[in-house]
Amino acid sequence: MRFLLDAEQRAFAGSLDAMLTAADTPSVVRDWSRGEHTSGRALWSRLAEAGVFALAVPEEYGGLGPRPVELAVAFVELGRHAVPGPLVETVAAAAVLAALNDTGPAERLLPALSSGESAATLATGPYALDADMADVRLTVAARDTELRLAPPPGRPHPSLDPARRLFEPAPGGELLAAGPQVAEAVAHGLTWARLATSAQCLGGGLALLDRTVAYVRQRTQFGVPIGSFQAVKHQLADAKTALEFARPLLFGAALSMTPADVAAAKVTASEAAYATARTALQLHGAIGYTAEYDLSLWLTRARALRTAWGGPEECRALVLSSGDRRW
Amino acid sequence: MDLAFTQEEDAFRAEARAWLADRVPRAPLPSLETAEGFAAHRAWEAELAADRWSVVNWPTAYGGRDSGLIRWLVFEEEYWAAGAPGRVGQNGISLLAPTLFDHGTEEQRARVLPPMATGEVVWAQAWSEPEAGSDLASLRSRAVRTDGGWLLSGHKTWSSRAAFADRAFGLFRSDPEAPKPHQGLTYLMFDLRAPGVTVRPIGRLDGKPAFAELFLDEVFVPDEDVIGAPGEGWRIAMSTAGNERGLMLRSPGRFLAAAERLRRLWQRQGCPPSAEAQVADALIGARAYRLFTFAAASRFLEGGSIGPESSLNKVFWSEYDIALHETALDLLGEQGEAADSEWAEGYVFSLAGPIYAGTNEIQRDIIAERLLGLPKGRR
Repeated sequence: MRFLLDAEQRAFAGSLDAMLTAADTPSVVRDWSRGEHTSGRALWSRLAEAGVFALAVPEEYGGLGPRPVELAVAFVELGRHAVPGPLVETVAAAAVLAALNDTGPAERLLPALSSGESAATLATGPYALDADMADVRLTVAARDTELRLAPPPGRPHPSLDPARRLFEPAPGGELLAAGPQVAEAVAHGLTWARLATSAQCLGGGLALLDRTVAYVRQRTQFGVPIGSFQAVKHQLADAKTALEFARPLLFGAALSMTPADVAAAKVTASEAAYATARTALQLHGAIGYTAEYDLSLWLTRARALRTAWGGPEECRALVLSSGDRRW
Repeated sequence: MDLAFTQEEDAFRAEARAWLADRVPRAPLPSLETAEGFAAHRAWEAELAADRWSVVNWPTAYGGRDSGLIRWLVFEEEYWAAGAPGRVGQNGISLLAPTLFDHGTEEQRARVLPPMATGEVVWAQAWSEPEAGSDLASLRSRAVRTDGGWLLSGHKTWSSRAAFADRAFGLFRSDPEAPKPHQGLTYLMFDLRAPGVTVRPIGRLDGKPAFAELFLDEVFVPDEDVIGAPGEGWRIAMSTAGNERGLMLRSPGRFLAAAERLRRLWQRQGCPPSAEAQVADALIGARAYRLFTFAAASRFLEGGSIGPESSLNKVFWSEYDIALHETALDLLGEQGEAADSEWAEGYVFSLAGPIYAGTNEIQRDIIAERLLGLPKGRR
């Protein structure tokens, strides 16, 4: 029993945090929102060099994985810095490809996902995130019995989070795999997507909390910092409590990787992040309600991630459907 | 990072489970907030202690098993999963004992701890006063120096278990001239049946005498019952409060068991979809609290301390406990108002959680000021 990140894992988080701080991710997010991918692609390569995508790719396909704990560590930092792009989708696609009985698609596509040469998206629902820039566009069709490489998409659909560019998956394309193995592989990919999304939510929530704490310490009204008022403090204390109880669920889920544990982490982290976003908006006042102010990048993300890869209701149902647990 | 138990820990769990399966009373004991129930719970403490299960984390010399933190958590999981009775000695075990381990003398430990472990002496706490609640340092009960000891006078209140307990511990003002309110306080233990003590039970929300007022009129306390140095009481009590709010007051095992009971109730009631979210949140919250505690225990075992983080813990479990019991009563429908259901007592007890052991307002101030670094202000 040692339920703590080790020194190497903490150092990995620290190095990603430093790299992303230096990368000025808010400007990358704004480029991305306009469909300009150059700065985001450059950042993608650096994340790949740091090994982020390799964590989801098994060693036999050129990766370092599967290493869900380290992946969760990385995605907390990606969320903290609001990094744009199909990050979760690339991880999910890698997990799907690695889980197929047929190893052909994995041998063909996974090495480039691991190295960062390609980015992937995966559509199991109405939209494929960033399908215009993704090199590998996986779609699931025919009631989860077909996995296809979709052709390029049409125009993006506007999103509440402008940096999440939504495309309707184009029909057809090359058939990569068929039969019951597809549904099983997609279920596996969904667990990885949820884990990574949970981590992004936690990171985003922590960033919202940090920014809001900094703001209420320097914003003065009635001659004192507004952070000295109990009504302000207690909202932030509640946000801190929610986030700190989401954290162990995330890492517990990364250790077990059972669908129910991952669902518990997803609902808790996404609700904690969303509640923190509401608090952040309220405590910033009108400035927080502007698109120009960078807080908006995290506020809109928190809303989008709440429903991405399984909303609260779906995740709770999964927790309830898992059997009784003897501790 | 891992959540694996050692073979020894698994064996310990199996031993605890077997003992509890054999010995936990089939029918629930009467409420421990009644004279009859208090006696029954005291007898249960003796039964636990006879086989060294009452204080597993204490040193063997005082009746424990030197189990360490992880096996204590394992024991608690098994204890509550087995449906075992509430612990009437909890105040002493989780508040006074850690204080004696840190600040008491060897003589005090040898004298006080063994009868605490067996339930022979049950302890009440004596912190609050009518005019000193959240602002505890403003307390006015006095300890006046006398030959060989101190004379205690004043008025304590909200003293949990004091209606039926044997002894109490708390803070008294020994130096009224001290420049600041939290200076000049002394931590003392006293006998609730000593001359000069009047105990007036208070009925909590359901009328049961779960706490009491204490009127003290020159109650003699010998020097041997002072913990730490006179005047050092605040510092000592705050280290107790750290324990109280930290790992030992509410173990995850209690909530894991309650959440599973809630799931079974929900299933018995036909799995109503309207309660799905609350039941799922009870299961998820219990898991979160368990893992949070394992993380804190891991830090503690590596030499870290449990400081202001314990305020997160207290806010979480106290609100969680109420939500869980509210869901259970809602699931019971019109039967939910019956005071003798298996959930009613727990519900009433849970309502006090955000108030005692430092109100949740105080805990949120601590989180904001000491964990987030926000400026102090008028409360």
